[in-house]
Amino acid sequence: MISTAQGPALPTLRFITCGSVDDGKSTLIGRLLHEARCVPEDQLLALAQDSRKHGTQGEAIDFALLVDGLLAEREQGITIDVAYRYFATPQRNFVVADTPGHEQYTRNMATGASTAQLALILVDARKGLLVQTRRHSRIVAMMGIRHVVLAVNKMDLMGFDQGVFENIVAQYQAFAADLGFASVQPMALSALQGDNMVASSPHMSWFQGPNLLQYLNQIDVQEKAGQRPFRMPVQWVNRPHADFRGFSGTVAQGEVRPGDAVRVLPSGVQTRVQSIVVWQGEATQAGQGDAVTLTLADEVDVGRGDVLAAADAPPEVADQFEARLLWMGDQPLVAGRSYLLKLHTREVVATVTEIKYQEDIDTGAHLAARSLSMNGIAMVNLSLSQPVAFEPYAVNHALGAFILIDRLAFETVGAGMLVFALRRASNIHWQALEVNKAARAGRLHQTPRCIWFTGLSGSGKSNIANLLEKRLYAEGLATYLLDGDNVRHGLNRDLGFTEADRVENIRRVAEVARLMVDAGLVVLVSFISPFKAERRMARSLFQDGEFVEVFVDTPLAECEARDPKGLYAKARRGELKNFTGIDSPYEPPQAPEIHLRARDAAPQALADEVSAFLLQGR
Amino acid sequence: MSSPPTSDLRHLENESIEMLREALAGARNPVMLYSIGKDSSVMLHLARKAFYPALPPFPVLHVDTTWKFRDMYALRDRAVAQAGMRLIVYTNQEGLAAGIHPVTHGSLHHTDVMKTQALRQALDKYGYDMVFGGARRDEEKSRAKERVFSLRGAGHRWDPKAQRPELWNLYNTHTRPGESLRVFPLSNWRELDVWKYILQEGIEFVPLYLARLRPVVRRGASWIMRDDERLPLLPGEQPQMRMVRFRSLGCYPFTAAVESTASTLEALIAETQQSRFSEREGRLIDLDQPGSMEKKKQEGYF
Repeated sequence: MISTAQGPALPTLRFITCGSVDDGKSTLIGRLLHEARCVPEDQLLALAQDSRKHGTQGEAIDFALLVDGLLAEREQGITIDVAYRYFATPQRNFVVADTPGHEQYTRNMATGASTAQLALILVDARKGLLVQTRRHSRIVAMMGIRHVVLAVNKMDLMGFDQGVFENIVAQYQAFAADLGFASVQPMALSALQGDNMVASSPHMSWFQGPNLLQYLNQIDVQEKAGQRPFRMPVQWVNRPHADFRGFSGTVAQGEVRPGDAVRVLPSGVQTRVQSIVVWQGEATQAGQGDAVTLTLADEVDVGRGDVLAAADAPPEVADQFEARLLWMGDQPLVAGRSYLLKLHTREVVATVTEIKYQEDIDTGAHLAARSLSMNGIAMVNLSLSQPVAFEPYAVNHALGAFILIDRLAFETVGAGMLVFALRRASNIHWQALEVNKAARAGRLHQTPRCIWFTGLSGSGKSNIANLLEKRLYAEGLATYLLDGDNVRHGLNRDLGFTEADRVENIRRVAEVARLMVDAGLVVLVSFISPFKAERRMARSLFQDGEFVEVFVDTPLAECEARDPKGLYAKARRGELKNFTGIDSPYEPPQAPEIHLRARDAAPQALADEVSAFLLQGR
Repeated sequence: MSSPPTSDLRHLENESIEMLREALAGARNPVMLYSIGKDSSVMLHLARKAFYPALPPFPVLHVDTTWKFRDMYALRDRAVAQAGMRLIVYTNQEGLAAGIHPVTHGSLHHTDVMKTQALRQALDKYGYDMVFGGARRDEEKSRAKERVFSLRGAGHRWDPKAQRPELWNLYNTHTRPGESLRVFPLSNWRELDVWKYILQEGIEFVPLYLARLRPVVRRGASWIMRDDERLPLLPGEQPQMRMVRFRSLGCYPFTAAVESTASTLEALIAETQQSRFSEREGRLIDLDQPGSMEKKKQEGYF
C-alpha cells in the first residue's frame, strides 16, 4: 500500500502490546514512538530528567517512562493500567494500547485487547514462552483479534542468536496452531537497542522479514466479508416534540436505506425505514459504524435495547446461552448468583446457571469447576431475565459481546462472548392460564405474599415465624412455612454449606416460595440467608409489594449465648465449617420492610409486630 | 464490514456520538463541562449532532476562575446560545472573596481553589451524576491511562489504580450514591484531528489559537500575554507586540503563547503536523509538581 495525496492509504490501526512482566512492552512502545519521530522534544527533555530519577537504564534514556504515566507505575517500574498512545506515519495513523503484564492486572490487559485489531505479543529471548505469554495469547484469540506479531525481544542479550529465535518461534507456532489467528508474524528485536524496529538490524542479517514499523505500516486487517444484513441496536429514543419519534443508534452491521423493510427485535414487529436523520438533514444510506437516527413508517413500540434488523434476515432471539467468560471480579463467580448483563444496548438480569468447565490457561485443558476466580476463563451457561436479540460473537462482535456488573457495588466483574443459544425463547412462552394468581388469591380472599425472615442462627427466626403462622391461620389466611432446617432434610438434602451451595439453597427455596405465592398463599420463609445478593435475587422473583423482608436482628453474642442447638459451640471447636457469624459472613439488610430488634423483646410481641404490618388495611 | 473504510475523522465522530448517547441513556442528571477551548467547541458540536433534531438534553457548565482571556468569554455566551442549551456559570465565591490571585498565590493554589474546588462545589450543588469533559488521552501521560467512563468516588476522587475494566463499547454507567462518572467523548482524538474536524465542520473557535500581533512579556522561557490590566508587570518589564498564538488555553497568566505565523486554520493545521513540541507545553500548571496532572485529577480536577 502506498500513501496517496488524500492522506493515509489505510485506516487507523489499533493494536496492543502484551506478554509477561519485564518482556519490555513499554520500552518497545517508547522506542517505536521515538524512532518514528513521534515524541515531542519537550517530552523527550522531561523523559531524560525522569530517566535519571526513576529509570532502570543508568544514564541512558528509559523509554518505558514514556508510557508508564501513573506515579505508582514510575515508582515501581511496572505497568498497572493500559495506556493509549496515538502516533502517525505518512502511511497511517496508529492507536497503541500498552497493557500490563502482571497477572493481577489481566482485566486491564483485556480492556486494551477488546478494541484492538492486532496484538504484538512480546517474548523475552532469554526466557522463552511463559504462562503469561500463553494467557495473553488465549485472551487475544478469545477477543477475536486475528493478527499477531510474535516479537522476540532482547535478542541482544542472547548474542543475536538465530537458533534461539527459531526455537521460540517454533514453540509458539505449535502452541498457537489451534487459536485461529489469520496471521502470525515473527520478529527478532531488541527494543532497547533499536534492532529491527524501524530499519533492518546489522546484528541479525539472518532475519529476512520486514522491520516492525514497516510491517505495521502495511498490514491490512480489514475483514473481507461479503454484504451482511442490517442490524442496529437502539441506544436512545429521540422525541424532541410530538411530531417526531426517531431511534438513535450506531449501525452494527450491514447497510440501511429509506424504504428498507426492518424488523424490531425481540418483538418481531415489521415496518419500514422512513428516513435516516443526520445533522441538519437526511441521508440516503448508512453503513456499518455510522451513528444515525432512523424514523419508521409505522407507530411501533421500540425502545432502548431493541434491535432494528433487516426484515428478511433477522438475528435470533433467546434467553439462555452458552457463553465464554473472563472473570474480573475480586470475589469469585458463584453459579446461581444474579448479575446485571449488558449486551449491546440492552441491560437485563442474568444468572450463570452452570460452569461447564474452566479453561486451563497454560494448556487449554477443560477443568471441572464450581466457582471461577479473578482472571479465570470458563465456558458457562447463562440464563437471562428476558429474551434478547443477539448473534454469536464469532459472527458479529457488536451483538455477541457482553459484560457482567455486580448488582450491589456496580463493579464490572465479567466480560463474555455469546457462543450459541441453548434454546429459542419463542419456544418457551409461558402458558397463559385462565386460572391465574389473581384468580386463586381471589378465591382465598387474601393477598399472596412472601414473608422472608433473615437473621443469624439462634436469632429466633423460626420461633417468630411459627407464632406468626398461628396468628395468620387464626385470621383465616391460607399459609405455609418454609423452614431452613426442614427444607435441608428434603428438597435440599444434596447441598452443603459452602458459599456455592448456600447460593443454590436460597435459589431453590425462593423458587418454591414463588410457586406458592403464585398458588395464592402467604408463604413464610425462615432462612439464615446471609448474603445480600441472594436476598435481592429472591426479591426479584416477586412483584412489587409481594416480598416482605423481616430482619430478625439479634446480636451475635446473644445468639451464641442462647445456642439452642449447640451449633455455635461446635463451630467454635472447629467441628462445623462455614458457620455464619463465626467463619462465614452475615450481611445485614440495609432496608428491610420490617426490622425486629430481637434481643430483649418477647417472640410473641415480635410476631405481633409482623402481623400488624401484614393485616393493616386488610 | 463490506462498506468502504470510513475516514478516520468520520470514525472518531461516530465513536464520540455513540459515547454521548450511551452516557445520556445511563444518566440521571447529566451536564457538559465547557472550558471554551478547541476541545470544548468540538464536544459541544458533537453533542448537537448526537441528539439532533432534539437539542442536547443537558446544560453546559463553565467553572469560571475569572482569569480567562477576554476573547474566550465573548465566544462562550454566543456558542452556548447557538446550541440552544442552558449555560450555568459557577465561580468559587469564597475564593473570590478571599482574593485568591493567580500571580501572588501561585498556580498550584489558584488552580486548586478556583478550578478543582470550584468544580467539586458546582457538581455537589447541582448533584450531577454524569459529567462530560473534553479531555483527550493524547494530551498528557496520566490522561493516556484514563477510561472513557471514569468513576469518581466520594469527594470526586479518582483512583487510578482501581479503574473499572472497560471492554468494547459496553460502558458501565452505574453509580452508587455519592459516586459520579466523568465521560470523555474525545478520548481518542489527537490535536490534529480536532483542528481538521473544526475546519471540516466550520466550527467557531477562539481566535487566540491563530497567530496575531499581541502584547506579551517574556518570563523565563515563556511568552505571557497581558490580556488586561490585572497582570502585574515586573520591574523593568515592558509588553511588546509579537506574532504569537496559543495551542492550549487556560487561565491567561499560566498560559504561554508560542511564536507563530499561522494566521489561518489551514496554516495552523500545517504547523501542528510539523510541530516537534507537545500541545500542553504552554500550560505552566502541568509543571508545578511531579505527576502534576495525576495529582490534580485525583483531587477532582479534569
